[in-house]
Amino acid sequence: MRLFVIYTVDGITNGMVYAAVALALVMIWRATRIINYAQGAMAMFTTYVALVVIRHGAPYWLGFVIALATGMVLGALTERLLVRPVEARPPLNAVILSLGVLILLEAVAPMLFGGQTQSFPVPVSNIDLVLGTTQLDISPFDIFTIGAVLVAMLLLFVIFQRTTLGLRMRAAAFNPEISRILGIRVGRMLTLGWGLAALLGALAGMLAAPAVYLYPSNMDEVLVFGFTGAIIGGLESPVGAVTGAVGVGLALSYVSGYLGADLAPLGGFVILIVVLMIRPQGLFSFGRQRQV
Amino acid sequence: MRPEISRSRTWTVAAVSGAAVLLTAACGSSSPTANTASAPGVTATTVTIGSTQPLTGPAAPGYSEIAPAANAYFKYVNAHGGVNGRKITYTYLDDQYNPTSTATQTRKLVLQDQIFAMFQALGTPTHLSVVSYLNSEHVPDLFVASGCNCWNSTSQYPNTFGWQPNYTIEGKILGQYIVQNFASKKVGFFLQGPNDEFGADGLMGVMDSLQGKGLNVDSTPAYYTPTAAGAMAVGAAIAGLQAQGVQVIVSFSVPLFTAIAEASAAGLNYHPQFVVSNVGSDPPTLSAILTGGALGHKLPAGLIAGTISDTYLPLLTDASNPWVSLFQGIKATYAPSLPWDGNVEYGMAEAYTFVQALKAAGQNPTRASIVAAVQSSHWNDGPGLTPYAYSSSDHNGFTGVQMVTVDATGNLTTLGPVQTTDDTSGGAIVTYSGAASTPPTGGIPSD
Amino acid sequence: MFRRSTLARHGLFFLGLAILLLLLTSFVFDPYTNYNVSEVAIYAISAAGLTVLTGINGQVSLGHGALMMIGAYTTSVLLTWHADLPLILMLVASIATTGVAGAIVGIAGARLRGPYLAGATLALAVALPQVPSHFASVFGGNQGLSISPPLPPAFLGANFAPEEWLAWIALAAALITFFVLANLVRSATGRRFRMVRDNEVAARLSGIDVARTQVLAFVVSAACAGLAGSLFAYWVSGTSPGGFTLNLSLSLLTAIVIGGLGSLSGAVLGSFILVYLPVWTGGLTSSVNLSSNVANNVPLAIYGVVLIVAILVFPRGVAGGVASIVRGATRTLRSSRATGALPAAPEAPSQ
Repeated sequence: MRLFVIYTVDGITNGMVYAAVALALVMIWRATRIINYAQGAMAMFTTYVALVVIRHGAPYWLGFVIALATGMVLGALTERLLVRPVEARPPLNAVILSLGVLILLEAVAPMLFGGQTQSFPVPVSNIDLVLGTTQLDISPFDIFTIGAVLVAMLLLFVIFQRTTLGLRMRAAAFNPEISRILGIRVGRMLTLGWGLAALLGALAGMLAAPAVYLYPSNMDEVLVFGFTGAIIGGLESPVGAVTGAVGVGLALSYVSGYLGADLAPLGGFVILIVVLMIRPQGLFSFGRQRQV
Repeated sequence: MRPEISRSRTWTVAAVSGAAVLLTAACGSSSPTANTASAPGVTATTVTIGSTQPLTGPAAPGYSEIAPAANAYFKYVNAHGGVNGRKITYTYLDDQYNPTSTATQTRKLVLQDQIFAMFQALGTPTHLSVVSYLNSEHVPDLFVASGCNCWNSTSQYPNTFGWQPNYTIEGKILGQYIVQNFASKKVGFFLQGPNDEFGADGLMGVMDSLQGKGLNVDSTPAYYTPTAAGAMAVGAAIAGLQAQGVQVIVSFSVPLFTAIAEASAAGLNYHPQFVVSNVGSDPPTLSAILTGGALGHKLPAGLIAGTISDTYLPLLTDASNPWVSLFQGIKATYAPSLPWDGNVEYGMAEAYTFVQALKAAGQNPTRASIVAAVQSSHWNDGPGLTPYAYSSSDHNGFTGVQMVTVDATGNLTTLGPVQTTDDTSGGAIVTYSGAASTPPTGGIPSD
Repeated sequence: MFRRSTLARHGLFFLGLAILLLLLTSFVFDPYTNYNVSEVAIYAISAAGLTVLTGINGQVSLGHGALMMIGAYTTSVLLTWHADLPLILMLVASIATTGVAGAIVGIAGARLRGPYLAGATLALAVALPQVPSHFASVFGGNQGLSISPPLPPAFLGANFAPEEWLAWIALAAALITFFVLANLVRSATGRRFRMVRDNEVAARLSGIDVARTQVLAFVVSAACAGLAGSLFAYWVSGTSPGGFTLNLSLSLLTAIVIGGLGSLSGAVLGSFILVYLPVWTGGLTSSVNLSSNVANNVPLAIYGVVLIVAILVFPRGVAGGVASIVRGATRTLRSSRATGALPAAPEAPSQ
């Protein structure tokens, strides 16, 4: 029973990290109809930047803020310089482009930061809380992880639904031609969208690093699981993405605990395939595919 | 007119030439024979050896220092004339602790770089993927940086030699210590594996000492995969041991995974006694991994203090030990950026052994002559706490260890005498009472 | 008749190529070069399958490293069980198991398009390498399984270099694979692959069973990956999960992008670069004395840059892009020479 509680807490905590990635992927998909396969690698890169800052003596929170800011800049630059030319072209081009960015980042990171697997600090204790004599199986850092992603989601909701900027961004994604006519700088909105998505990704990287450790390909699995969650949710719905991701986190935690840690990613693959076979457009999506 | 040349002139020329020839012959026979290119990787002025090392990846923390440390010792020897006038060139390639990379890098060393011998190849799963190849190509495979029993197989791998006490020897002595000090506690295992010779040989050794002594042993070990992805799963493995009520965890793990295991236990408010193999217990390495890591900036007091392990080389902090001062001095000159820790001491000590072997291989070493030199060695002046066991029927190096523990300051202190044993089941553990060895003056092995 | 028969034309071409390679490996190449040539052949087989799947049939697969792994483990597990099994049988077994895996993935992915399929195959590429660690008693765990390299037959002499023998095997397998694929691409099946890629709706309307075509393309490319994987196991003398990282799948994709999507000769060029780029940059970095952190990652950094540049500048592959630049340059040269003496020549048709 105790193990079940541990696996559930782990599943939700990990699921929130995957949710941040899933949200990032959904934001980019809705804006530019592209899956950013490099989202995980970007998050890895920004986490390394934070590590350098922290190892030079700065407090964790400065590293945290710098990671998020670097992420935003990285995302914006990627959209403006690399993605903009391929937005109008067939989807295969964007797939290969983002894979190119993935490979490049995973090659440059060890050049700049070293290839050894490294541990990463936490802002609050990673030791499970104890209430009297009962083990609570959740640590302050777990609570921080869940809370940080919830706060990020709330902020995004406010921005998108309650501000003019958010309205413009939604319009630019929904119908670029009309938006241009209405005077919206569509290009700028797309760049901003990518920047915010990468900021979310950077958050995911900072939250994941203490558990998965820091090395050039540490976010590969997190990306895949976030993608799985986004796909389950349907790629159109942020709520779906978060639900799907937390679901994936729980499922993987149980598979890992009861069947074996090595089988968890395979479990994720099976879940993804099953969902796609039943509803190729995802569980929460309500768009219809062109059928013949 | 030709016939006018005087006969006497011709005779003078002949006499002078003859004298010159005789003089040269006389000088030739009394000077030492010149250095020749007597084997692949050997020229008149250099000897090239190669190695595969985890310079990056999950086994790199700690282990990436070993080859540069050995190279520092070789630079010292080269600066003092080398071995028989030859400088040692040490080419080590990164295999990231990935057996497939080990295979390709090894073939590059043998086929392209044409090394004379493999030296200090690191890792049990990694080297197992190339040991057959090296032996079928008759490349001397000296002093593998791993404690697998498998290197001591004169029939299957005649060119392969171990160096450190193998995991079964170590396991038996660790097991005996547990029986003597923790008989009332439940014992569990945290091993590299499953199906990894590193974990399996260690388990075999410890169980050999534990069985029949009435201890409560959790017979299902917790395993970890030595990959970056495997690091995530360690927490759950340790939680499993906690759920089984294990109070003593015997760990055969590389440094990163030892650190993660100890940190995970602390995170679960679980405080078992860790008994760790010497390959994964070096305190400076563990501290470096844990400091600034997942438990916050400062190492929580007592995280690694109290960890029990063993050693077969002089203690790092024993400044009065001549080996320690020799290696520290060489490091200060030839590798000042390396820390002074167990990995650096290991690298230099192994390099010393190689120079012993190369000297004994003769003026013009061949692959066969260096193998024969190690097999017939009777060196007593190695850096270890015990002598080497090399013979034509035994390819083990050191055969004994001394129990140590990590004290509150993060240094190792000894817990008992040096003990030796063999890797057979039931083979006795005896206290070693020989005198400690000292290095020769100048720190380079004599002939 | 010669022009008409694709089969005969291809047959003669590959025969000539076989003779040339035989001479080179026997008399010109040293063992290390033969070792690298084997690697090129192995990647070329896998890349050829991938370029047919992605370039000609339009399905993106990021999981070909995982499929190679299935082929490699099939061979290794069988040989661990019974060390004397003949090589041909191992190759066929690997082709069969990986083909079946390809069918499963193909059926699962038949309804997936574009980024969805890429994501699913990405998940496979990340998930499958961890399975051997779990079923360690069969697959050897992280330590992997060791197998003996194929021994040259006795009639070649006791001193025949094993690297040369393996090169012969790998090259023969590659030549046969390319012969089969070259004919497939020019056949009705190849046309169906292209039609589904270009306009799925139109293909369906003209009676093509789209799902079956997609699955067939997957099976063909998986069979190639399985053959490559089996040879890879012999080449490494073993199989361990670490040989089949995500980087392998991404490198194969890079190889076919460099060579030009859908081009079989491009697959060879891409594989050649895949093998030799680390060799060339390795030599470079040792002379400049870079740390191993930098040195080991230079080839990967170059792949990333190449992919990005290729897509931005040369949508039809670097090889195709360079070729069209050359064509454009010679055309400009020719037309400028022409306009010098005569009234302006008509514009050459644009590429």
